[in-house]
Amino acid sequence: MTTTAPVITYALPKRRHPVVAFTVAQPLGAIAFVVIVVMIGAGIFAPWVAPYDPVALDFGAMLAPPSFEHWFGTDAFGRDIFSRVIYGARTALTIGFLSSFVGCTLGAALGVASAYFGGRIDLVTQGFVDVILSFPLIVLALVVVAMLGKFVVGGVDLNLILAIAIPILPKVERVIRAAALSVREMPYVDAARAAGYSNMRIIFRHMSPNVAAPYLIMLTAYIAQAILLEASLSFLGLGVTEPTPAWGLMLSGNASDFYREAPWMILFPGLAISFAVFAFNLFGDSLRDWFDPRFKT
Amino acid sequence: MKKLAFIGLVAALALPATTNAQAPKKGGTLVYAISAETPTYDCSATDTYAGLHFLAPFYSTLLKFDLAKYPGVMGDLAESWTISDDKKTYTFKLRQNVTWHDGSPFSSADIKATYDRLRNPPTGVVSTRRATFADIASIDTPDANTVVFKLSAVNPAMLEHFASPWNCVYSAAKLKDDPQFPAKQVMGTGAFKFVEHVKGSHVAGARNDKYFLPDRPYLDGFKGVFILQPAAMLNALQGGQVMAEFRSVSPAERDRLVQGMGDKLRIEESSWTLNILIAFNTEKKPFDDVRVRRALSLALDRWGGSVGLSRTSTLRQVGGLLRPGSPMATPEADLVKFPGFGKDITANRAEARKLLAEAGVPNLKFELVNRTIAQPYTPAGIYVVDQWRQIGVEVQHKQMETSPYLAALNAGNYEVAIDFSNLFMDEPSLALAKYVSFDKAPENRSRAIDRELDSLYEKQNRSTSDAERLGFLRQFEARMLNQAYQVPLLWWHRIVPTNKIVMGWQMSPSHNLGQDLVNVWLNQ
Repeated sequence: MTTTAPVITYALPKRRHPVVAFTVAQPLGAIAFVVIVVMIGAGIFAPWVAPYDPVALDFGAMLAPPSFEHWFGTDAFGRDIFSRVIYGARTALTIGFLSSFVGCTLGAALGVASAYFGGRIDLVTQGFVDVILSFPLIVLALVVVAMLGKFVVGGVDLNLILAIAIPILPKVERVIRAAALSVREMPYVDAARAAGYSNMRIIFRHMSPNVAAPYLIMLTAYIAQAILLEASLSFLGLGVTEPTPAWGLMLSGNASDFYREAPWMILFPGLAISFAVFAFNLFGDSLRDWFDPRFKT
Repeated sequence: MKKLAFIGLVAALALPATTNAQAPKKGGTLVYAISAETPTYDCSATDTYAGLHFLAPFYSTLLKFDLAKYPGVMGDLAESWTISDDKKTYTFKLRQNVTWHDGSPFSSADIKATYDRLRNPPTGVVSTRRATFADIASIDTPDANTVVFKLSAVNPAMLEHFASPWNCVYSAAKLKDDPQFPAKQVMGTGAFKFVEHVKGSHVAGARNDKYFLPDRPYLDGFKGVFILQPAAMLNALQGGQVMAEFRSVSPAERDRLVQGMGDKLRIEESSWTLNILIAFNTEKKPFDDVRVRRALSLALDRWGGSVGLSRTSTLRQVGGLLRPGSPMATPEADLVKFPGFGKDITANRAEARKLLAEAGVPNLKFELVNRTIAQPYTPAGIYVVDQWRQIGVEVQHKQMETSPYLAALNAGNYEVAIDFSNLFMDEPSLALAKYVSFDKAPENRSRAIDRELDSLYEKQNRSTSDAERLGFLRQFEARMLNQAYQVPLLWWHRIVPTNKIVMGWQMSPSHNLGQDLVNVWLNQ
């Protein structure tokens, strides 16, 4: 007698592609992501997208209103504002991403190390962080940029990046430290210690990957802050210098003289800043919700 | 907007008739804006207008410029003067009814002490006009009302130098007690007595009732308010918090004021004794090569820039080393023959590329140092960066605050810089001093040493014949612009807004002149 084992089939739940799943779960975040991709694309392919050289002067077209020839009009030097907004994306994203990356990475490293070592090191670190946190973001950035001056390498002012990164650092440190404190108590960290691994190995190989989610969320969210800070510093004359196309810079200088007769000089760069900041903030919030299991239930 | 500006100009042209028609009224306090705060109280130690707009009402000078007959001079503390036939002795008869603000009498000893301090400052005292008065061999005071200057050599500019607004006359007694007295306290013989200086806020003066001119000043007092932001200054002028800004506003600011204030505003315009220069640091390669410097000058379309930049900035006229339109300025027909001043920009740029290729730097890259001051430095920087791009030169534009900017220029820590020439009169010896060799003129930011220029400067400075002097000037200018150590970009254009109640103030090509406020009155 032969018996045949019954064939049991399981209907596995259909797994959506992560991009589709994110789009369904976070539609606003997806739209923000598209805006960000468009901005990055515009920045990378600016020489092909922009119809004019963004720094070329044309006194014959000074203060021209928006038209088919100049979609966003021209400024007081006859420069095409659409082209300058496109190239401005390059400036905003480069400084925004690099500042956020430097600030978040240093903040995360400090936060994990502070949580791991605890004791006096943690106490001193938190005291230092408290001092920096007591300054408003813009004030601290102003102080740093005024103290450091400019150090331009490859067209990028490294001191400006540092000036924006420093105010971000303590905010990230505080969040990452909180996450790392819970990770520190995990059995695998104890096991690593018992196995005799070095502190550096434990921090970078075992603890850091487990705080990656908050790090990525803050990295995205602080790009928006960094873009806003860069625009503010440039507006105040402490950031990017003319004739480099930068959104904040486009709002200052001659724009303040001519905004009544040529409002397009401030309208389009202002909108670009708003869209960029809104998109990164929205995307950061959506990422946070997406990664947080509590929001999934 | 053009129409409004035109109305303003018409109003300005109508001013002299209005001023002359009305008898001055006594009383009132003039409130005006000063866009920078003086770095010192000592006139001898500074050459910024910020010092004069603060200090001039408190002090007198030996002579002063007669703005109604500019560039003529008139007596201030001097009642009359004579010049000897060999032009080496200047004798001044001084006013007899002059007293210091502390009540002590003024005498020729005060003039001697002031000029001794200018030409030979004691240790710790800064005199930026030491070289200007180096030709003075001796100063004698035969009596209390006579002072005699003897020169070691003829100097055709000396009379104008005696009228320099920076030569504030100080009390000999105070200087004897403390040579630093002028840097610490404000005490002169001027039309106004010092009342207070609130740092970051204002300076105030009250009428000097014992001023040597009868019935002057007309004002009860004045208040100079420090307003560093142009937008705030415009708002203050429109709102009536201040009555004037005596330095200048930009064309766009002028249009805004005309639109906002209508017939309450008076606009006066003039060419300006200021120019923007491009300085090449000849101690740094490749700017030690004349071909590179000349190529960079050739690439600048000054005539095109003059048309465009004059709409958005205080830059306007194309000129050589002397203010266009001034008596000894190079006429346009001669100017266009100099490298970079020709009107065929295509040909100029072709030659510029050729020169750069010959010099071995066809793809030149460098940093341009500039000030953060908006007008007219930023537009000038934007413009030259664009011009040089058109011959394949890549420029990093670095704007710095005034202090580090001046420190960088003075120490030679730059490759190419936007520099300026700030004159108070159209006098060749004054105007050309900036271009003689660096070891003789520290203000020569190119740091070039050129003995041919030095020799030509000395010849024009000693010449007693106008025609001969003009010949040396032309040779100097030709040498300078061909060597291109420093090259003029454009000359500035002065636009002064005043509330129409301000009367008696006289417009001039220099913002350093006419700030003693002696004849100013308020029509209210």
